[in-house]
Amino acid sequence: MIITPQTVGRLALLGVVVVIVQVAAISQVSLLGTTADLVPLVVAAVGLLCGSLTGAIFGFAVGLFVDTALFQIMGLSSLVYLVAGYGAGRLRELRDPQAPVVPVVVGAVATAVATIGFGVMNFLLGMDAPVSFLLARQILATILVNAVIALPVFALVRRWMLPVLPDDPRRRRRRAYTTGGLSPLSRA
Amino acid sequence: MYDRTIRRRRAVLALLVVSSLILVTAYFGESPSSPLHSVQRGIMSVVSPIQEGASRALKPFRDLFGWVGDTVSAKGDLKDARKERDAWQAKAISLQAQERQNRELRGLMGLDDSPTDVDTYGPVTARVIGRSSVLWYVQLVIDKGTASGLRAEQPVVASDGTGNGAGLIGKVQTAARGSAIIRLITDSEVAVPARNVGGNADGVVTPRAGDPQDLILKYADKDAAISLNDPVVTAGTVSSRKDLKSLYPEDIPIGRVSAIEDPGSETQEIHVKPYVDLRRVEFVRVLTKPQAGS
Repeated sequence: MIITPQTVGRLALLGVVVVIVQVAAISQVSLLGTTADLVPLVVAAVGLLCGSLTGAIFGFAVGLFVDTALFQIMGLSSLVYLVAGYGAGRLRELRDPQAPVVPVVVGAVATAVATIGFGVMNFLLGMDAPVSFLLARQILATILVNAVIALPVFALVRRWMLPVLPDDPRRRRRRAYTTGGLSPLSRA
Repeated sequence: MYDRTIRRRRAVLALLVVSSLILVTAYFGESPSSPLHSVQRGIMSVVSPIQEGASRALKPFRDLFGWVGDTVSAKGDLKDARKERDAWQAKAISLQAQERQNRELRGLMGLDDSPTDVDTYGPVTARVIGRSSVLWYVQLVIDKGTASGLRAEQPVVASDGTGNGAGLIGKVQTAARGSAIIRLITDSEVAVPARNVGGNADGVVTPRAGDPQDLILKYADKDAAISLNDPVVTAGTVSSRKDLKSLYPEDIPIGRVSAIEDPGSETQEIHVKPYVDLRRVEFVRVLTKPQAGS
């Protein structure tokens, strides 16, 4: 994907809005005893739509903003979200899955990577917190809630990024067929 | 061409990973007054007004979700509520939000009647404008900062508006001019010297990861007289040395003893249910003069 200033602008605005909405609203709404986390979903959606490199850079930048805005250890969220963004982007580049359920699965995996990765990093940095059944249940609940909202989040991100995304070859092919341009029948 | 693309992708990825690791390493070894922390404080000062605006603007959305949650849990009343819901829904959402805030603020004021008079400690009331949703780092962002006299390490009390009372919820981690970050008692880095109101089960209250409604009173003497529902309060300064003053004034309520595992044994574990449901807090009071009473 070719990165234009317009793409960068849209991604920057998306990142800032997502983090502020997450901190100011979403994290204060309890669902199934936990809260949804939009950030890994949006990072994964950007990775899926724009590719691994853009996904990784977006994940890194958003993570840095999260760490700064919440006064957390700088670089920790960046590392976790860049893995999520890069992973989603590589999936698109290697497999290009088209099933409607893909954003749900990718969103759930990205959330798992973010929550578990964050925990592992904290343990590595010496945080003393016991791994309990309750914690595992909370992580699972967050993944579940995020999986439920993954589709609308993905749709919103795609809608926002659509003007700067390269034309999808499948869509172009479909359009060509309907107008008769590339149809084998019209050639015959 | 293809090789160059791959090489570029790998180089950028490696650069990002290395940058993250350098940031983590640099930040971890820094003191709170060092450059990265200063950058964070600067950005926090810029972001917090936006955050506050967003928090206020998105409040109806949060209230709507809270209202939906309450409705679901009150299944028994659903049929009757449905008849009036359509007409009163918009008004009810707004009134419920105001009522909850009112209860919460009254609960906070009720702290003045607790074993210790909170007014002595220069309380500053602040509104919660954001919170971290990461399970390990339980933090709140509030709309008051150094301009209102807030400093790092000051204790914070709150009420959740459920009528269960008010109590200690954490301490100020850092403060910018117009906002501050509160580190809650459910964070594993926070430990509060505490005792039961009877006074002979001294220990340290620590969190249980993943459950904000369960704290553990550690290091209490196995022979100490403590029983279920005993109120647990802050122990305050227990050392006679002036340089070892506790961050928390004594007798600030924390919670009630909810369970005692293996009572009287070496492995005794005392569970404390906090008075405040940390997930529902909308207003807090920061005790800006915690040493005033001592």
